[in-house]
Amino acid sequence: MRALFAFLMALVALPLAAQNDIPPAPYAYRQLDDPAQEAAAQDLMETLRCLKCQSQSIADSDASMAGDMRHQVRIRIAAGEEPEDIRRWLMDRYGDYVSYEPVMSATTWPLFAIPVLLALIAALLFWRRFRRRA
Amino acid sequence: MSWRLWLPFMVFFGFLGLAAYQLSQPRDEFVKSAMVGQELPYFTLPAAVPDLPGANSEDFADGKPKLLNIWASWCLPCIAEAPQLEALKDEGVEIVGVAIRDKPEDIARFLSDHGNPYTRIGRDDLSEVQLGIGSSGVPETFVIDGKGRIAYQHIGDIRAEHVPILLEELRKAGR
Repeated sequence: MRALFAFLMALVALPLAAQNDIPPAPYAYRQLDDPAQEAAAQDLMETLRCLKCQSQSIADSDASMAGDMRHQVRIRIAAGEEPEDIRRWLMDRYGDYVSYEPVMSATTWPLFAIPVLLALIAALLFWRRFRRRA
Repeated sequence: MSWRLWLPFMVFFGFLGLAAYQLSQPRDEFVKSAMVGQELPYFTLPAAVPDLPGANSEDFADGKPKLLNIWASWCLPCIAEAPQLEALKDEGVEIVGVAIRDKPEDIARFLSDHGNPYTRIGRDDLSEVQLGIGSSGVPETFVIDGKGRIAYQHIGDIRAEHVPILLEELRKAGR
């Protein structure tokens, strides 16, 4: 009876054994001991894109690569690196794409310029209309 | 009625058309490395299997262009590209493997099942080399010239038609 029970338990345990992946990076899920450093790391992680999942930040993703990126962010913050330098380091490798913080560049400037231009045109139209009425 | 009255409608439908067109286009999901053309970052990785040495960035500065293959035994497309890596090895190409988040026994099993095209395999348990060279998935293959500079990136598994491209890139990197 006991052997049968053990056998059944072993059957149930099999899927778990198959999932026995290598453990996550040390700082993938562990917070830094210093709350100020952890807060800086968290702020940065929320604005870095998970490269595997692409619509999530690395703070939100359970992909192993996002875990490895969180580990990088945390150990670099713990070593005293500035968050913006870490962002720079990743952007040097993956381009603007990896950052959720918008930057103005040769390709993105119209995104910033067009709304300003449209607002100016609207203001001009209003101004002409109201002047005519007055 | 002035034609100008229709102008806002035309702008609106023009925008709608543009949006519909963009939505129907297939999206390029590849994240290209910005490190192509740059020096290979310094790294040193322990051996992944007992009978092959680990991988160091210095190995790439010996004058001969090589392939740096980011792979893992748990990655299915890596099985698909194994014959192509074998073909590249038969052409005399030196392939250095970087195994991402992998276990030695799984790596050994993969090599005995699908062949070993590698001269060295380093264990990258924290994806440090992968992040360092701007790779965003497995498998990816980089051509490194003889001076340790990243010359070319191939994203995804290597299919038969990519073998001549990689050989050509290796030849160009060797000049």
